[in-house]
Formats: sequence, structure tokens, C-alpha cells
Amino acid sequence: MKLCIKNGRVLDPASGLDKTACVNIEDGIIKSIGEAETADETIDAAGKLVLPGLIDLHVHFREPGREDQETIAGGCRIAAKSGYTSVVTMPNTNPPIDNQALVKFIKHEAEKSGLLNIFPAAAVSKGMKGEEISEMGELHTAGAVAFTDDGKPVSSSILMRRALEYSRMFDVPIMAHEEDHLLVDSGVINEGKVSASLGLRGIPNAAEEVMIARDVIIAGLSKGRLHVQHISSGGSVEIIRNAKKRGVKVTCETAPHYFSLTDEVVREKLALAKMNPPLRTEDDRIKIIEGLKDGTIDAIATDHAPHLMNEKRQEIEFAPNGIIGLETAVPLMITKLVKENGLSYNEVFAKVTCNPAKIIKIKKGEIKPGYDADIVIIDPEKKVIINDDFVASNCKNTPFMGAELFGSVECTILSGRITYKA
Amino acid sequence: MTKNALVLFESMTLKRKDLLDISSLSHDEIIYIFEAAKIFKKVFTETNKKFSFLSGRTVCMLFIEPSTRTRLSFEIAAKRLSADVISVAPSTSSLVKGESLIDTVKTLEAMKTGFIVMRHPVSLAPDFLSRNCEAHVINGGDGNHAHPTQALLDGFSVYERTGSLKGLKVAIVGDIKHSRVARSGIELFTKMGSEVVLCGPPTLLPDDFSLYGIEMTFDLDSILPKLDVVNMLRIQLERQKGSLFPSIREYNKYFSLTKDRLKKCRKDVIVMHPGPINRGIEIDDFVADCENAIIEEQVTNGIAVRMAVFSLLCGKTLEDINKEK
Repeated sequence: MKLCIKNGRVLDPASGLDKTACVNIEDGIIKSIGEAETADETIDAAGKLVLPGLIDLHVHFREPGREDQETIAGGCRIAAKSGYTSVVTMPNTNPPIDNQALVKFIKHEAEKSGLLNIFPAAAVSKGMKGEEISEMGELHTAGAVAFTDDGKPVSSSILMRRALEYSRMFDVPIMAHEEDHLLVDSGVINEGKVSASLGLRGIPNAAEEVMIARDVIIAGLSKGRLHVQHISSGGSVEIIRNAKKRGVKVTCETAPHYFSLTDEVVREKLALAKMNPPLRTEDDRIKIIEGLKDGTIDAIATDHAPHLMNEKRQEIEFAPNGIIGLETAVPLMITKLVKENGLSYNEVFAKVTCNPAKIIKIKKGEIKPGYDADIVIIDPEKKVIINDDFVASNCKNTPFMGAELFGSVECTILSGRITYKA
Repeated sequence: MTKNALVLFESMTLKRKDLLDISSLSHDEIIYIFEAAKIFKKVFTETNKKFSFLSGRTVCMLFIEPSTRTRLSFEIAAKRLSADVISVAPSTSSLVKGESLIDTVKTLEAMKTGFIVMRHPVSLAPDFLSRNCEAHVINGGDGNHAHPTQALLDGFSVYERTGSLKGLKVAIVGDIKHSRVARSGIELFTKMGSEVVLCGPPTLLPDDFSLYGIEMTFDLDSILPKLDVVNMLRIQLERQKGSLFPSIREYNKYFSLTKDRLKKCRKDVIVMHPGPINRGIEIDDFVADCENAIIEEQVTNGIAVRMAVFSLLCGKTLEDINKEK
């Protein structure tokens, strides 16, 4: 089976390639980039971007446990529609992913759907209780690519040390949700001007920053690989920038909402703008974008978190944290980073292709002969309107509802097979 | 206020469905509420205090958080306007059975309630409610966010003595962080041209208020001589457990309005307290009962202001109120 993607603007963030060319695919593998070869099927990508299939280091598909919110099969479909070919699922399901059977179950469900590669993250502690480290070896053998108790922090500093040490045997990252619960002090939104006027309890930047500071120091001590999840504050960027300079093995991700929105939108969107960590201020937003520009922030991950609308349609304090993120990711990256802030396509898309691939050590995220033919075709000038029709997710919990953005995913290809076509 | 302005006001109504906070009210709307309250208050000395504006309408008191004085005040105001008043208390409501707020609201909507007065422990709950129902929603206090009728009655209590709030120096003293009374008070007095100064220990005085350009101090004694109004907030004793202040004794030492401190104030200073008072903690007996204190007057004014809010929200004008009087 031969496939040829013709005349697109081929972008490969890993090598910096940016030229109009044809991508020839044979039996699910990229064969060559250049002149078109004879093929069984051709796709005309003229005027469009041809990129490595996107990789998301952070999604919540709710199976097992909350299939009413999202299933693995449903999540795979949404990811394909959003331009993604690989994702890392978070283990905070019910039960949590802390044994081999569950890791295999998730991979099996994804294989059944045939739409997406899932690389599960498993719990860093047994039962996500934050007491004892999980069987990392067994879990890694079963297919887990990282360990995390995402959704909550590893509050115990000794457990974090042990996890960062033990994981060195397998060279896998510990993904850390950074939050000092005592400083959060039942906060609901960012602590600042908005929380002061709305009388909502605030979550200070410090709640995130002190834990990141602690963990980069522990990472230096234990020489493990630390990956800091969903950073939202300007101070966090600074701490990680500094740690990288000192040679600590640390990487990090931010989410599209942190470079797109500020806590001001809470006034209008209420619980739809509630997530953890919370939306911060304009100053933080600018520093996050600077961190993306200078490479301090390695990856953009969506933290895709489906919640039913009736769960969000509650008093803001009672509503759950999180928003869906897959479908709005490409439009936000193109509109907010490329168009509004002048980052190049390769700079931006490195954060969702080769960089995350390196973090979880998979041979993906590049358009290069010999690599899996995971590819996405994007029309960067086409407008999308985020509305009920556009959002195919079962859950519509997004503060971007109503937004008009640039960047439409036209086609997603997984191992040479089309998994989505607009 | 000049005569011309009053004439202009005569036929004005509040062009809004709900009263959720002070920030959404304009300066003129606030004056208008004050003027309406003035008319209602005049009738309080008469035996028959009733108006017919809410006749045939139902007012539902949805109090998810316990309250005595605010609920009573709203009830009396609604009844003096001839409304049918029903009360949903937290302990008897289906919310304790796990019904969501949105479903409770749908039920009240189906019963065709004209007004919902809501008190809720969570900030922005009335805002959320108002987006999902057709009834007029009046915020009777939500979380730490807003208590607009309290701010209106506080403002009115000063307004009826001074004729204007412009240029007054108003201190709000105590637990600013956890106080909806403070937040609405700041907005109201600032909007009306007063100069607001906040005073309390740093643990109860969020720095972020300075982003709004409001003066803040930890030193009560230093501001006393300059004040026209001092509004003492109730200190919740359980805050001490959260290490927000070390002891009642020490709080009292720095932030209580005592007889000695009153001496440092101007002779005509107005002392307010939203109640209920912790005598001997944030305010001592002498001050609470002195001539400068208008604490009971505030309670009376609460009814007048709430009558004004009900009437104006349902489209009545000053002219209508004057006529029925």
C-alpha cells in the first residue's frame, strides 16, 4: 500500500525542514520526502501544512470508571479528529492504572479502535495513595512510558526522591503535578485581582512554584528524570529555566489555555474556566509564551479533561476542575502562538511532535524516512468556530466556546492509514 | 441633589433583571435606590406600612446558608410590598438530599416565582442562578463575594445623614479577606466618590486590593482622626484556628474600636457594624451604644432599601412610590 501526500508545505520540527514537497509512504512507513512517486492513493496538500502526527503528553480518557464522560474509543476518535496520532493517558481513573493488567487494557482498547497510539502513564504510587512506589518495572514492561499521580501532587518529598531514583533503572520520566495542598488552602481560582474582587478563595502561584522548586532540587539529588506537568505561572518557568541551566534532568509542559487565557475570563465563564492549576494573570501568560520561545517549556500538552456539562453547571466552588483540550489545541497554537506571537510553525509544533517523543522515548514525531507514517495535514488559514457542531467530544466543557480561531485539521494519518478527514 | 436631577429621576427604573452585586450598578442607580428608600422609610412611622407593588407576586427566600437578620429584613420588606413570601431553609431543602442547585431552580421556575432572594455559602452562586432562570434574582449574600443590599443600606445610612458620600473618608476594619460586606462596601463607597481605606492584619487583608488602588493599612490608630465613617466588620472567631490571627486578645488589642480609640476620632464620626456584634471583641460596649453608632438605624434602613430594590426591579418609579404613599 503506497500513499503520496503531494505538494504540501512539509514541516519537520526535529530537523527544521520547511519546504514544499511530497511525502511518499509505503506500508505505513515514511519512504521519502521530495518528488512524488507512484502511489495507490494520493492526497493533495497544496497550501496546507504537512506535519508529523501530533503527540499529547497529557490526556484524561475516563475509562475505566467514568465512561459516561469519555471512553478510550471515544477519546481516540476525538484525538484523531484533532490531529493527534499519539497520546499519553493519565492514570487517575477508577480504579487507577497501577497494575499491568490495566496498562494492557488501555493499550488494547486503543489498538481495537485503530485510530490512535496510546502510551499509558501509570501511577507513581500504589493506588495513587502517595505512600509506596508502584511496581514500575512491571508497569514499564506492560507498556507504561511514564509515572505520575496526576490530579494530585506527590506531597511526600521522600516518595518523590525514591520514585526519581528507582525510575532511573528504566530511564522513564516521573511526571509531576505540582501543587502544595496547604498553600492551595481550598482555593478555587488564581489568587489575584480577580479572586480579590469575586471573593473566591485564591490559589497563589507559590502553591505551584514551591513544589517545582522542591522537585527540581530532588531531581538533582536523585538524578532521575523529572517532567513537570501543566505549568501555569511565570515563576515556574523561571525555576525550570534555572534548573536546566544547572544541568538538572528536567522537562516541562504547559497547556494551550495557559498561553491563551487569563483569570479575567472566570468572571464570564465561571466554572467553565475552572481548572487546576488555575488560569493566571496576563503577566504569567506572557512569561509562559517566553518560556515556549526560549525552549524552557519543552512541550504543549492539552490536559484534555472531559466533564459532563451538568457537573460544570454548578456553583463554581463545587464544579470539578478541567476543560477539554484536544479539539481546540491546533487552532489555539496557530492563532495564539504563530499568528499573535510570531513563533514559527516548527518552533510551535516541536512542542507537540519531536519534543514529547523524546520525553517518553518513542521513535515518532518526525517526518523522516524510516519513521512511522504518522502525519497531520493542517490548513492554517482556515477559520474554525468553536461551537456545539465543531466540538465532537461527548463533553463540551470548554471556555473557548464561541471563539473564532485559525487552523483547521484537514487530515490525520496513522501508520499510513487515514484516521480522520475533514 | 438638585431639583432638576430629581425630576429626571422621577420616571427612571432599574433596567435590569437582577441585583447581583454593586459593580454592575451605576452611580445614578445607587442614588435612585437611596431616594426610593427615603420615601419608604418615611412611612415606617405610620401604623399601615403597606404598599401594593408586589401584590400577587411570590418572593422565594432561597437561603442555603443560615441567616436571621438578612432573611427577616427581606421578608418584612417583601410583605410590606404585599408579596407572598415563601422560605426555603437549608435544612429542609432538597439540596441536602443531593439535588443540584440547577434542578432546585428549575423547580422554583416551574412554580412561577417572581423573585428569588438567595443567600449562598459559595461565591457567584446567585450569578450562576440568574443565568439559568427568568425570575428576578436578588443576592442576599454569596460566599465572600458580594452582599449588595448590605452595602446599599450602609451607604444609605450615611447618605441620609450627610446628603452625599462624595469626599468622605470611609474605613472598613477587620476581616476583609472573608467579607462580602467589605467587598460590596468597597465598590459602593468608591463608586459614590468616597475614599475607602481598609484596615486589618495582613493575613485578613489581601494585597490584591491594592491593585484596585485602594488604600490599606495595618495601623488603625493612624487613620482614626481622618475618618468620617468607620465600618467595623464582625470577626469570625473560628478564623483564629486557621492561624489568621494568634488570639482574640491580640486581635482586640490592634483592631477593636474601643472607647479610647473613639476619642481619637472626629466628634461626628459615624460608627457602623453590619451585625451581629461580638461585643468586647471588634467593638466595645461603650462604642456600640454611643451616639456615633448607628447600628440599629442600619437595621431599620435595611428594610427600606430592600423595599426600594424590590420595587425598582419590578419596574416601579419614584413617581409610582410617591403616588402610593
